[in-house]
Amino acid sequence: MKISRSEVEHVARLARLALDEAELDALTGDMDAILAYVDQLSRLQTDGIAPTAHAVPMANAFRPDAVRPGFTPEQALVNAPSPDPAGFRVPRVIE
Amino acid sequence: MSLFEMTLQELRTGLDRREFTAVEATRAFVERIAATDDTINAFITVCADQALAEATAADRRLAAGESAPLTGIPLAMKDIFNTAGVRTTCASKILDNYVAPYDATAFARLKAQGAVLLGKVNMDEFAMGSSNENSAFGAVHNPWDTTCVPGGSSGGSAACVAARQAPAALGTDTGGSIRQPASHCGVVGLKPTYGRVSRYGVIAYASSLDQVGPVTRDVRDCALLLQAIAGYDPLDSTSVDMPAPDYAAALTADLKGVRIGLPREYFIEGLDADVRQAVEQAVATCRALGAEIVEVSLPHTEYAVACYYLIATAEASSNLARYDGVRFGHRTATQGNLIETYSCSRDEGFGSEVKRRIMLGTYALSSGYYDAYYLKAQKVRTLIRQDFLDAFEKVDVLLGPVAPTPAFRIGEKAADPLQMYLSDIFTIPVNLAGTCAMSLPCGFSATDLPIGLQLIGKPFAEAEILRAAYAFEQATEWHKRKADI
Repeated sequence: MKISRSEVEHVARLARLALDEAELDALTGDMDAILAYVDQLSRLQTDGIAPTAHAVPMANAFRPDAVRPGFTPEQALVNAPSPDPAGFRVPRVIE
Repeated sequence: MSLFEMTLQELRTGLDRREFTAVEATRAFVERIAATDDTINAFITVCADQALAEATAADRRLAAGESAPLTGIPLAMKDIFNTAGVRTTCASKILDNYVAPYDATAFARLKAQGAVLLGKVNMDEFAMGSSNENSAFGAVHNPWDTTCVPGGSSGGSAACVAARQAPAALGTDTGGSIRQPASHCGVVGLKPTYGRVSRYGVIAYASSLDQVGPVTRDVRDCALLLQAIAGYDPLDSTSVDMPAPDYAAALTADLKGVRIGLPREYFIEGLDADVRQAVEQAVATCRALGAEIVEVSLPHTEYAVACYYLIATAEASSNLARYDGVRFGHRTATQGNLIETYSCSRDEGFGSEVKRRIMLGTYALSSGYYDAYYLKAQKVRTLIRQDFLDAFEKVDVLLGPVAPTPAFRIGEKAADPLQMYLSDIFTIPVNLAGTCAMSLPCGFSATDLPIGLQLIGKPFAEAEILRAAYAFEQATEWHKRKADI
Protein backbone atom coordinates (compact mmCIF):
# COMPACT_ATOMS: atom_id res chain seq x y z
CA MET A 1 0.00 0.00 0.00
CA LYS A 2 1.31 3.44 -0.96
CA ILE A 3 -1.18 5.26 1.25
CA SER A 4 -3.35 4.19 4.18
CA ARG A 5 -6.89 5.20 4.89
CA SER A 6 -5.80 7.18 7.95
CA GLU A 7 -3.33 9.14 5.78
CA VAL A 8 -6.16 9.89 3.34
CA GLU A 9 -8.22 11.21 6.28
CA HIS A 10 -5.29 13.40 7.30
CA VAL A 11 -4.90 14.79 3.76
CA ALA A 12 -8.66 15.48 3.63
CA ARG A 13 -8.31 17.58 6.80
CA LEU A 14 -5.39 19.49 5.25
CA ALA A 15 -7.43 20.03 2.07
CA ARG A 16 -10.50 21.18 4.06
CA LEU A 17 -12.74 18.53 2.51
CA ALA A 18 -15.44 16.97 4.73
CA LEU A 19 -15.38 13.65 2.86
CA ASP A 20 -17.89 11.00 3.89
CA GLU A 21 -16.97 7.38 4.61
CA ALA A 22 -17.71 6.18 1.08
CA GLU A 23 -15.59 8.95 -0.44
CA LEU A 24 -12.69 8.13 1.89
CA ASP A 25 -12.88 4.46 0.93
CA ALA A 26 -12.96 5.20 -2.79
CA LEU A 27 -10.16 7.77 -2.59
CA THR A 28 -7.91 5.44 -0.64
CA GLY A 29 -8.06 2.97 -3.54
CA ASP A 30 -7.75 5.63 -6.26
CA MET A 31 -4.85 7.45 -4.62
CA ASP A 32 -3.06 4.18 -3.94
CA ALA A 33 -3.27 3.23 -7.63
CA ILE A 34 -2.24 6.69 -8.84
CA LEU A 35 0.69 6.89 -6.41
CA ALA A 36 1.85 3.43 -7.50
CA TYR A 37 1.73 4.69 -11.10
CA VAL A 38 3.63 7.94 -10.45
CA ASP A 39 6.31 5.95 -8.61
CA GLN A 40 7.81 5.22 -12.03
CA LEU A 41 9.45 8.65 -11.76
CA SER A 42 11.81 7.17 -9.15
CA ARG A 43 13.40 5.11 -11.94
CA LEU A 44 14.84 8.34 -13.36
CA GLN A 45 18.15 9.62 -12.05
CA THR A 46 17.58 13.33 -11.33
CA ASP A 47 20.51 14.25 -9.07
CA GLY A 48 21.92 17.59 -10.13
CA ILE A 49 18.93 18.41 -12.37
CA ALA A 50 17.37 21.78 -11.62
CA PRO A 51 13.59 21.74 -11.07
CA THR A 52 11.38 23.56 -13.60
CA ALA A 53 8.62 25.68 -12.04
CA HIS A 54 7.77 27.54 -15.24
CA ALA A 55 8.50 26.56 -18.83
CA VAL A 56 9.30 30.10 -19.88
CA PRO A 57 12.27 31.34 -17.87
CA MET A 58 11.30 34.63 -16.28
CA ALA A 59 12.44 36.70 -13.34
CA ASN A 60 10.15 38.74 -11.13
CA ALA A 61 7.81 41.01 -13.05
CA PHE A 62 7.52 44.48 -11.55
CA ARG A 63 5.00 47.23 -12.18
CA PRO A 64 4.85 50.81 -10.99
CA ASP A 65 3.17 51.13 -7.60
CA ALA A 66 0.48 53.38 -9.02
CA VAL A 67 -3.10 53.94 -7.89
CA ARG A 68 -5.62 52.41 -10.27
CA PRO A 69 -9.35 51.80 -10.10
CA GLY A 70 -10.56 48.84 -8.04
CA PHE A 71 -13.90 47.32 -7.18
CA THR A 72 -16.48 49.23 -5.18
CA PRO A 73 -17.54 47.52 -1.92
CA GLU A 74 -20.83 46.60 -3.64
CA GLN A 75 -19.01 44.92 -6.55
CA ALA A 76 -16.67 43.08 -4.21
CA LEU A 77 -19.57 41.78 -2.10
CA VAL A 78 -22.02 40.98 -4.88
CA ASN A 79 -21.25 37.23 -4.91
CA ALA A 80 -21.06 36.79 -1.14
CA PRO A 81 -23.11 33.73 -0.10
CA SER A 82 -24.23 35.42 3.11
CA PRO A 83 -25.12 38.99 2.14
CA ASP A 84 -24.14 41.75 4.50
CA PRO A 85 -23.30 45.25 3.25
CA ALA A 86 -20.61 45.58 5.93
CA GLY A 87 -18.45 42.68 4.70
CA PHE A 88 -18.20 38.91 4.36
CA ARG A 89 -20.16 37.18 7.10
CA VAL A 90 -18.55 34.06 8.60
CA PRO A 91 -19.29 31.85 11.63
CA ARG A 92 -17.92 33.11 14.92
CA VAL A 93 -14.12 32.59 15.02
CA ILE A 94 -13.33 33.66 18.59
CA GLU A 95 -15.48 32.19 21.35
CA MET B 1 -25.56 28.16 -47.49
CA SER B 2 -27.14 28.70 -44.07
CA LEU B 3 -25.37 31.39 -42.09
CA PHE B 4 -24.58 28.94 -39.29
CA GLU B 5 -22.57 26.81 -41.74
CA MET B 6 -20.11 29.63 -42.33
CA THR B 7 -16.57 29.90 -41.08
CA LEU B 8 -15.39 33.00 -39.26
CA GLN B 9 -13.68 34.20 -42.45
CA GLU B 10 -16.85 33.67 -44.53
CA LEU B 11 -18.91 35.57 -41.96
CA ARG B 12 -16.38 38.43 -42.02
CA THR B 13 -16.51 38.65 -45.81
CA GLY B 14 -20.32 38.46 -45.90
CA LEU B 15 -20.73 41.12 -43.22
CA ASP B 16 -18.26 43.41 -44.93
CA ARG B 17 -20.10 43.03 -48.25
CA ARG B 18 -23.45 43.65 -46.52
CA GLU B 19 -24.74 40.27 -47.77
CA PHE B 20 -26.33 39.79 -44.34
CA THR B 21 -26.36 41.60 -41.04
CA ALA B 22 -24.75 40.72 -37.73
CA VAL B 23 -28.26 40.32 -36.29
CA GLU B 24 -29.13 37.78 -39.00
CA ALA B 25 -25.90 35.87 -38.40
CA THR B 26 -26.32 35.91 -34.63
CA ARG B 27 -29.96 34.83 -34.89
CA ALA B 28 -28.94 31.91 -37.14
CA PHE B 29 -26.55 30.62 -34.49
CA VAL B 30 -28.99 31.24 -31.61
CA GLU B 31 -31.65 29.25 -33.48
CA ARG B 32 -29.13 26.55 -34.31
CA ILE B 33 -28.25 26.23 -30.62
CA ALA B 34 -31.94 25.99 -29.72
CA ALA B 35 -32.47 23.29 -32.36
CA THR B 36 -29.47 21.11 -31.48
CA ASP B 37 -28.40 21.64 -27.90
CA ASP B 38 -30.87 19.22 -26.34
CA THR B 39 -28.78 16.61 -28.15
CA ILE B 40 -25.27 18.05 -27.70
CA ASN B 41 -25.48 19.89 -24.34
CA ALA B 42 -22.57 22.14 -25.32
CA PHE B 43 -23.96 25.30 -23.70
CA ILE B 44 -24.24 26.04 -20.00
CA THR B 45 -25.51 29.58 -20.60
CA VAL B 46 -26.95 30.95 -23.86
CA CYS B 47 -26.94 34.77 -24.10
CA ALA B 48 -29.62 35.06 -26.79
CA ASP B 49 -31.06 38.49 -25.95
CA GLN B 50 -27.75 40.05 -25.06
CA ALA B 51 -26.14 38.61 -28.20
CA LEU B 52 -28.85 40.09 -30.43
CA ALA B 53 -28.43 43.47 -28.71
CA GLU B 54 -24.65 43.31 -29.26
CA ALA B 55 -25.25 42.32 -32.90
CA THR B 56 -27.57 45.31 -33.36
CA ALA B 57 -24.81 47.58 -32.08
CA ALA B 58 -22.32 45.81 -34.39
CA ASP B 59 -24.58 46.48 -37.38
CA ARG B 60 -24.60 50.17 -36.51
CA ARG B 61 -20.80 50.21 -36.40
CA LEU B 62 -20.60 48.31 -39.69
CA ALA B 63 -22.99 50.78 -41.31
CA ALA B 64 -20.83 53.63 -40.01
CA GLY B 65 -17.75 52.02 -41.55
CA GLU B 66 -16.17 51.33 -38.15
CA SER B 67 -15.42 47.67 -38.65
CA ALA B 68 -12.89 45.94 -36.37
CA PRO B 69 -11.63 42.41 -37.23
CA LEU B 70 -14.43 40.66 -35.31
CA THR B 71 -17.26 43.20 -35.54
CA GLY B 72 -20.53 41.29 -35.59
CA ILE B 73 -18.93 37.81 -35.35
CA PRO B 74 -20.72 35.56 -32.81
CA LEU B 75 -18.40 33.46 -30.65
CA ALA B 76 -18.69 31.04 -27.72
CA MET B 77 -16.50 31.09 -24.61
CA LYS B 78 -15.56 28.14 -22.44
CA ASP B 79 -17.25 28.71 -19.09
CA ILE B 80 -13.84 29.20 -17.45
CA PHE B 81 -13.45 32.79 -18.74
CA ASN B 82 -14.79 35.49 -16.49
CA THR B 83 -17.36 37.54 -18.36
CA ALA B 84 -18.73 40.57 -16.53
CA GLY B 85 -22.48 40.30 -16.09
CA VAL B 86 -22.77 36.76 -17.50
CA ARG B 87 -22.37 33.93 -14.99
CA THR B 88 -19.17 31.88 -14.99
CA THR B 89 -19.58 28.42 -13.46
CA CYS B 90 -16.43 26.51 -14.48
CA ALA B 91 -19.00 23.67 -14.77
CA SER B 92 -18.98 23.39 -10.97
CA LYS B 93 -21.77 23.47 -8.41
CA ILE B 94 -19.48 25.55 -6.24
CA LEU B 95 -19.69 28.45 -8.74
CA ASP B 96 -23.26 27.79 -9.85
CA ASN B 97 -24.36 31.40 -9.40
CA TYR B 98 -21.04 33.21 -9.76
CA VAL B 99 -21.13 36.41 -11.85
CA ALA B 100 -17.67 37.91 -12.19
CA PRO B 101 -17.38 41.67 -11.82
CA TYR B 102 -14.73 41.84 -14.59
CA ASP B 103 -13.77 40.34 -17.96
CA ALA B 104 -10.91 37.96 -18.67
CA THR B 105 -8.38 39.73 -20.90
CA ALA B 106 -8.81 37.24 -23.76
CA PHE B 107 -12.56 37.90 -23.75
CA ALA B 108 -12.06 41.66 -23.36
CA ARG B 109 -9.87 41.61 -26.48
CA LEU B 110 -12.53 39.76 -28.49
CA LYS B 111 -15.15 42.22 -27.30
CA ALA B 112 -12.95 45.21 -28.10
CA GLN B 113 -12.65 43.84 -31.64
CA GLY B 114 -16.41 43.62 -31.97
CA ALA B 115 -17.23 39.97 -31.21
CA VAL B 116 -20.72 39.01 -30.04
CA LEU B 117 -20.95 36.58 -27.09
CA LEU B 118 -23.31 33.70 -27.96
CA GLY B 119 -22.88 31.99 -24.63
CA LYS B 120 -20.72 30.06 -22.23
CA VAL B 121 -19.89 26.47 -23.11
CA ASN B 122 -19.63 23.27 -21.13
CA MET B 123 -16.39 21.72 -19.89
CA ASP B 124 -15.01 19.30 -17.36
CA GLU B 125 -15.38 20.86 -13.92
CA PHE B 126 -12.43 23.24 -13.32
CA ALA B 127 -10.97 21.91 -16.60
CA MET B 128 -10.16 18.59 -14.95
CA GLY B 129 -10.98 15.80 -17.35
CA SER B 130 -10.52 14.34 -20.80
CA SER B 131 -14.13 13.51 -21.67
CA ASN B 132 -16.38 16.36 -20.52
CA GLU B 133 -18.18 13.84 -18.30
CA ASN B 134 -17.03 15.68 -15.15
CA SER B 135 -19.47 18.58 -15.51
CA ALA B 136 -22.07 19.59 -12.95
CA PHE B 137 -24.18 20.52 -16.00
CA GLY B 138 -24.13 17.08 -17.60
CA ALA B 139 -21.95 15.38 -20.20
CA VAL B 140 -21.46 16.87 -23.66
CA HIS B 141 -22.23 14.57 -26.59
CA ASN B 142 -19.96 14.27 -29.61
CA PRO B 143 -21.75 15.68 -32.69
CA TRP B 144 -20.29 12.88 -34.87
CA ASP B 145 -21.71 10.15 -32.63
CA THR B 146 -23.78 11.25 -29.68
CA THR B 147 -22.99 8.06 -27.74
CA CYS B 148 -19.35 9.20 -27.64
CA VAL B 149 -17.57 11.83 -25.58
CA PRO B 150 -16.38 15.03 -27.30
CA GLY B 151 -13.11 14.92 -25.35
CA GLY B 152 -12.19 17.37 -22.65
CA SER B 153 -11.82 19.51 -20.89
CA SER B 154 -12.87 22.04 -23.59
CA GLY B 155 -15.52 19.57 -24.82
CA GLY B 156 -18.21 22.22 -25.19
CA SER B 157 -15.87 24.47 -27.20
CA ALA B 158 -15.05 21.70 -29.68
CA ALA B 159 -18.58 20.24 -29.85
CA CYS B 160 -20.27 23.60 -30.43
CA VAL B 161 -17.95 24.36 -33.36
CA ALA B 162 -18.36 20.84 -34.83
CA ALA B 163 -22.16 21.18 -34.51
CA ARG B 164 -22.03 24.66 -36.11
CA GLN B 165 -23.64 26.20 -33.02
CA ALA B 166 -20.84 28.77 -33.14
CA PRO B 167 -18.28 29.51 -35.85
CA ALA B 168 -15.48 29.45 -33.28
CA ALA B 169 -14.85 29.32 -29.54
CA LEU B 170 -12.11 29.87 -27.02
CA GLY B 171 -10.90 27.05 -24.81
CA THR B 172 -8.06 26.41 -22.40
CA ASP B 173 -5.41 23.70 -22.53
CA THR B 174 -3.56 22.48 -19.43
CA GLY B 175 -2.71 18.93 -20.56
CA GLY B 176 -4.41 18.70 -23.95
CA SER B 177 -7.78 20.27 -23.17
CA ILE B 178 -8.02 22.13 -26.50
CA ARG B 179 -6.21 19.68 -28.79
CA GLN B 180 -7.80 16.41 -27.64
CA PRO B 181 -11.45 17.58 -27.97
CA ALA B 182 -10.58 19.29 -31.27
CA SER B 183 -9.22 15.94 -32.46
CA HIS B 184 -12.29 14.02 -31.26
CA CYS B 185 -14.71 16.53 -32.82
CA GLY B 186 -12.94 17.05 -36.16
CA VAL B 187 -12.16 20.75 -35.67
CA VAL B 188 -9.00 22.85 -35.39
CA GLY B 189 -7.62 23.72 -31.95
CA LEU B 190 -4.41 25.47 -30.98
CA LYS B 191 -2.60 25.65 -27.65
CA PRO B 192 -0.27 28.64 -27.84
CA THR B 193 3.11 28.81 -26.13
CA TYR B 194 2.85 29.47 -22.40
CA GLY B 195 2.87 33.26 -22.02
CA ARG B 196 1.57 34.02 -25.53
CA VAL B 197 -2.01 34.71 -24.40
CA SER B 198 -3.01 36.34 -21.12
CA ARG B 199 -4.49 34.11 -18.42
CA TYR B 200 -5.93 37.07 -16.52
CA GLY B 201 -9.54 36.33 -15.58
CA VAL B 202 -9.29 32.67 -16.58
CA ILE B 203 -10.21 30.51 -13.60
CA ALA B 204 -6.96 28.81 -12.64
CA TYR B 205 -6.42 25.04 -12.63
CA ALA B 206 -2.64 24.58 -12.91
CA SER B 207 -1.08 27.99 -13.34
CA SER B 208 2.27 26.92 -14.81
CA LEU B 209 0.51 24.86 -17.50
CA ASP B 210 -2.80 26.61 -18.33
CA GLN B 211 -2.99 28.43 -21.65
CA VAL B 212 -5.84 30.00 -23.64
CA GLY B 213 -6.40 29.14 -27.31
CA PRO B 214 -8.84 29.10 -30.24
CA VAL B 215 -11.11 26.30 -31.50
CA THR B 216 -12.23 26.84 -35.10
CA ARG B 217 -13.50 25.14 -38.26
CA ASP B 218 -10.30 25.65 -40.26
CA VAL B 219 -6.71 26.83 -40.01
CA ARG B 220 -7.26 30.33 -41.37
CA ASP B 221 -9.93 30.97 -38.73
CA CYS B 222 -7.51 29.66 -36.13
CA ALA B 223 -4.88 32.20 -37.24
CA LEU B 224 -7.45 35.02 -37.16
CA LEU B 225 -8.67 34.17 -33.68
CA LEU B 226 -5.16 33.67 -32.29
CA GLN B 227 -4.24 37.10 -33.69
CA ALA B 228 -7.14 38.61 -31.77
CA ILE B 229 -6.05 37.26 -28.37
CA ALA B 230 -2.23 37.01 -28.55
CA GLY B 231 0.00 39.55 -26.87
CA TYR B 232 1.34 40.94 -23.66
CA ASP B 233 -1.01 41.84 -20.84
CA PRO B 234 0.28 43.82 -17.85
CA LEU B 235 -2.43 42.11 -15.76
CA ASP B 236 -0.78 38.68 -16.28
CA SER B 237 2.83 38.82 -15.12
CA THR B 238 3.54 35.51 -16.88
CA SER B 239 2.44 36.82 -20.27
CA VAL B 240 5.44 37.53 -22.45
CA ASP B 241 6.21 41.00 -23.76
CA MET B 242 6.91 40.04 -27.35
CA PRO B 243 4.88 41.28 -30.34
CA ALA B 244 2.69 38.69 -32.10
CA PRO B 245 3.56 38.24 -35.79
CA ASP B 246 0.97 38.41 -38.56
CA TYR B 247 -0.33 34.83 -38.40
CA ALA B 248 -2.50 35.00 -41.52
CA ALA B 249 0.52 36.16 -43.52
CA ALA B 250 2.33 32.94 -42.57
CA LEU B 251 -0.24 30.75 -44.32
CA THR B 252 1.31 29.41 -47.52
CA ALA B 253 0.36 26.29 -49.41
CA ASP B 254 3.66 24.41 -49.48
CA LEU B 255 6.13 22.93 -47.04
CA LYS B 256 9.33 23.35 -49.02
CA GLY B 257 12.34 23.37 -46.75
CA VAL B 258 10.32 22.56 -43.61
CA ARG B 259 11.90 19.83 -41.50
CA ILE B 260 9.21 17.75 -39.80
CA GLY B 261 10.20 15.41 -36.98
CA LEU B 262 8.31 12.24 -36.08
CA PRO B 263 8.85 11.45 -32.40
CA ARG B 264 9.38 7.71 -32.27
CA GLU B 265 7.68 7.57 -28.83
CA TYR B 266 4.41 8.86 -30.39
CA PHE B 267 4.07 5.81 -32.68
CA ILE B 268 3.99 3.13 -30.02
CA GLU B 269 2.23 -0.18 -29.54
CA GLY B 270 -1.30 0.53 -28.40
CA LEU B 271 -1.80 3.35 -30.85
CA ASP B 272 -5.18 2.70 -32.49
CA ALA B 273 -4.73 1.26 -36.01
CA ASP B 274 -7.01 3.84 -37.65
CA VAL B 275 -5.19 6.68 -35.90
CA ARG B 276 -1.82 5.28 -36.96
CA GLN B 277 -2.94 4.94 -40.55
CA ALA B 278 -4.39 8.47 -40.70
CA VAL B 279 -1.26 10.01 -39.21
CA GLU B 280 1.05 8.01 -41.49
CA GLN B 281 -1.01 9.15 -44.46
CA ALA B 282 -0.60 12.74 -43.22
CA VAL B 283 3.17 12.22 -43.13
CA ALA B 284 3.07 11.14 -46.79
CA THR B 285 1.03 14.24 -47.66
CA CYS B 286 3.54 16.52 -45.92
CA ARG B 287 6.41 14.83 -47.76
CA ALA B 288 4.60 15.37 -51.07
CA LEU B 289 4.23 19.04 -50.15
CA GLY B 290 8.00 19.36 -49.89
CA ALA B 291 8.69 18.71 -46.21
CA GLU B 292 11.75 16.81 -45.15
CA ILE B 293 10.71 14.02 -42.76
CA VAL B 294 13.11 13.08 -39.97
CA GLU B 295 12.72 10.59 -37.14
CA VAL B 296 13.47 12.08 -33.73
CA SER B 297 13.20 10.97 -30.12
CA LEU B 298 11.51 12.49 -27.08
CA PRO B 299 12.94 9.92 -24.68
CA HIS B 300 11.08 10.94 -21.52
CA THR B 301 7.59 10.83 -23.04
CA GLU B 302 6.55 7.81 -20.97
CA TYR B 303 7.10 9.78 -17.75
CA ALA B 304 5.00 12.78 -18.77
CA VAL B 305 1.63 11.60 -17.46
CA ALA B 306 3.06 10.81 -14.00
CA CYS B 307 4.93 14.12 -13.95
CA TYR B 308 1.82 16.04 -15.00
CA TYR B 309 -0.48 14.45 -12.42
CA LEU B 310 1.85 15.56 -9.63
CA ILE B 311 2.52 19.10 -10.86
CA ALA B 312 -1.00 19.86 -12.07
CA THR B 313 -2.69 18.50 -8.96
CA ALA B 314 -0.25 20.28 -6.64
CA GLU B 315 -0.98 23.58 -8.35
CA ALA B 316 -4.71 22.80 -8.36
CA SER B 317 -4.76 22.07 -4.64
CA SER B 318 -3.31 25.51 -4.04
CA ASN B 319 -5.45 27.34 -6.62
CA LEU B 320 -8.70 25.75 -5.48
CA ALA B 321 -8.11 26.66 -1.83
CA ARG B 322 -9.92 29.92 -2.59
CA TYR B 323 -13.29 28.15 -2.83
CA ASP B 324 -14.20 28.26 0.82
CA GLY B 325 -17.80 29.50 0.81
CA VAL B 326 -16.87 32.89 2.27
CA ARG B 327 -16.52 35.50 -0.49
CA PHE B 328 -18.31 33.81 -3.38
CA GLY B 329 -19.70 30.46 -4.43
CA HIS B 330 -21.60 27.76 -2.61
CA ARG B 331 -21.82 27.85 1.19
CA THR B 332 -23.06 24.88 3.16
CA ALA B 333 -26.31 25.06 5.12
CA THR B 334 -24.66 22.98 7.85
CA GLN B 335 -24.14 25.06 10.98
CA GLY B 336 -20.64 24.76 12.40
CA ASN B 337 -17.40 26.56 13.11
CA LEU B 338 -15.35 28.23 10.39
CA ILE B 339 -13.31 25.15 9.45
CA GLU B 340 -16.46 23.01 9.29
CA THR B 341 -18.05 25.65 7.07
CA TYR B 342 -15.06 25.55 4.71
CA SER B 343 -14.90 21.76 4.66
CA CYS B 344 -18.62 21.13 4.17
CA SER B 345 -18.96 23.86 1.52
CA ARG B 346 -16.07 22.36 -0.43
CA ASP B 347 -17.27 18.77 -0.07
CA GLU B 348 -20.75 19.73 -1.27
CA GLY B 349 -19.57 22.03 -4.06
CA PHE B 350 -16.81 20.03 -5.76
CA GLY B 351 -17.35 16.98 -7.95
CA SER B 352 -15.46 13.73 -7.42
CA GLU B 353 -12.65 14.26 -9.96
CA VAL B 354 -11.91 17.72 -8.56
CA LYS B 355 -11.75 16.29 -5.04
CA ARG B 356 -9.49 13.48 -6.25
CA ARG B 357 -7.04 15.96 -7.75
CA ILE B 358 -7.12 18.31 -4.76
CA MET B 359 -6.38 15.32 -2.52
CA LEU B 360 -3.52 14.06 -4.69
CA GLY B 361 -2.01 17.54 -4.95
CA THR B 362 -2.35 18.20 -1.23
CA TYR B 363 -0.62 14.90 -0.53
CA ALA B 364 2.20 15.64 -3.00
CA LEU B 365 2.86 18.98 -1.30
CA SER B 366 2.45 17.74 2.27
CA SER B 367 5.24 17.54 4.81
CA GLY B 368 7.48 14.53 4.20
CA TYR B 369 6.35 13.91 0.63
CA TYR B 370 7.24 17.20 -1.10
CA ASP B 371 10.74 16.11 -2.19
CA ALA B 372 9.69 12.62 -3.24
CA TYR B 373 6.75 13.74 -5.36
CA TYR B 374 6.49 17.44 -6.21
CA LEU B 375 10.19 18.29 -6.40
CA LYS B 376 10.91 15.05 -8.25
CA ALA B 377 8.20 15.87 -10.79
CA GLN B 378 9.63 19.35 -11.33
CA LYS B 379 13.03 17.80 -12.09
CA VAL B 380 11.48 15.34 -14.52
CA ARG B 381 9.74 18.31 -16.11
CA THR B 382 13.19 19.74 -16.86
CA LEU B 383 14.10 16.50 -18.68
CA ILE B 384 10.87 16.54 -20.69
CA ARG B 385 11.36 20.16 -21.68
CA GLN B 386 14.95 19.42 -22.69
CA ASP B 387 13.71 16.57 -24.94
CA PHE B 388 11.79 19.15 -26.98
CA LEU B 389 14.64 21.66 -27.09
CA ASP B 390 16.97 18.90 -28.34
CA ALA B 391 14.48 17.76 -30.99
CA PHE B 392 14.02 21.33 -32.19
CA GLU B 393 17.78 21.52 -32.84
CA LYS B 394 17.13 19.08 -35.69
CA VAL B 395 13.62 19.93 -36.94
CA ASP B 396 11.21 22.87 -37.27
CA VAL B 397 7.97 21.09 -36.42
CA LEU B 398 7.07 17.82 -34.70
CA LEU B 399 4.20 15.72 -36.04
CA GLY B 400 2.24 12.94 -34.38
CA PRO B 401 -1.18 11.83 -33.18
CA VAL B 402 -3.15 13.98 -30.71
CA ALA B 403 -4.73 11.07 -28.86
CA PRO B 404 -4.04 7.32 -28.97
CA THR B 405 -7.65 6.55 -29.98
CA PRO B 406 -10.63 8.31 -31.55
CA ALA B 407 -13.43 9.46 -29.22
CA PHE B 408 -14.46 6.77 -26.74
CA ARG B 409 -17.97 6.01 -25.51
CA ILE B 410 -19.62 7.98 -22.74
CA GLY B 411 -19.07 6.00 -19.54
CA GLU B 412 -16.33 3.80 -21.01
CA LYS B 413 -13.46 5.19 -18.92
CA ALA B 414 -15.41 6.97 -16.18
CA ALA B 415 -14.70 4.32 -13.54
CA ASP B 416 -10.92 4.25 -14.01
CA PRO B 417 -9.19 7.62 -13.50
CA LEU B 418 -5.77 6.25 -14.47
CA GLN B 419 -6.99 4.98 -17.87
CA MET B 420 -8.57 8.38 -18.46
CA TYR B 421 -5.29 10.14 -17.58
CA LEU B 422 -3.35 7.98 -20.04
CA SER B 423 -5.50 9.20 -22.94
CA ASP B 424 -3.51 12.47 -22.70
CA ILE B 425 -0.08 10.88 -23.19
CA PHE B 426 0.71 12.77 -26.45
CA THR B 427 -0.61 16.16 -25.40
CA ILE B 428 0.65 16.51 -21.82
CA PRO B 429 4.38 16.72 -22.68
CA VAL B 430 3.76 19.92 -24.68
CA ASN B 431 2.25 21.68 -21.65
CA LEU B 432 5.14 20.57 -19.45
CA ALA B 433 7.58 21.91 -22.05
CA GLY B 434 5.47 25.08 -22.37
CA THR B 435 5.62 25.17 -26.15
CA CYS B 436 2.86 25.46 -28.78
CA ALA B 437 0.90 22.76 -30.61
CA MET B 438 -2.31 22.29 -32.54
CA SER B 439 -4.74 19.66 -33.72
CA LEU B 440 -6.35 19.56 -37.14
CA PRO B 441 -8.46 16.94 -38.90
CA CYS B 442 -6.47 14.24 -40.76
CA GLY B 443 -8.94 11.41 -41.27
CA PHE B 444 -11.72 9.25 -39.90
CA SER B 445 -11.90 5.92 -38.13
CA ALA B 446 -13.69 2.86 -39.50
CA THR B 447 -16.70 3.99 -37.44
CA ASP B 448 -16.57 7.52 -38.93
CA LEU B 449 -15.11 9.30 -35.93
CA PRO B 450 -12.70 12.18 -36.62
CA ILE B 451 -8.96 11.77 -36.11
CA GLY B 452 -6.69 14.70 -35.34
CA LEU B 453 -3.12 15.40 -36.40
CA GLN B 454 -0.87 17.11 -33.88
CA LEU B 455 1.75 19.63 -34.99
CA ILE B 456 4.10 20.83 -32.26
CA GLY B 457 6.21 23.97 -32.72
CA LYS B 458 9.15 25.67 -31.10
CA PRO B 459 8.34 28.13 -28.32
CA PHE B 460 6.53 31.15 -29.82
CA ALA B 461 6.57 29.59 -33.32
CA GLU B 462 2.78 29.45 -33.68
CA ALA B 463 3.18 30.89 -37.19
CA GLU B 464 5.28 27.87 -38.23
CA ILE B 465 2.75 25.26 -37.12
CA LEU B 466 -0.09 27.30 -38.64
CA ARG B 467 1.81 27.38 -41.91
CA ALA B 468 2.33 23.61 -41.90
CA ALA B 469 -1.30 23.06 -40.88
CA TYR B 470 -2.58 25.34 -43.63
CA ALA B 471 -0.50 23.62 -46.30
CA PHE B 472 -1.80 20.23 -45.12
CA GLU B 473 -5.38 21.47 -45.00
CA GLN B 474 -5.19 22.93 -48.51
CA ALA B 475 -4.00 19.54 -49.79
CA THR B 476 -6.76 17.55 -48.05
CA GLU B 477 -10.54 17.56 -47.72
CA TRP B 478 -10.95 16.39 -44.12
CA HIS B 479 -11.89 19.79 -42.73
CA LYS B 480 -14.78 20.05 -45.19
CA ARG B 481 -16.65 17.09 -43.73
CA LYS B 482 -19.36 18.08 -41.30
CA ALA B 483 -20.97 16.16 -38.49
CA ASP B 484 -24.41 15.02 -39.57
CA ILE B 485 -26.46 17.03 -37.12
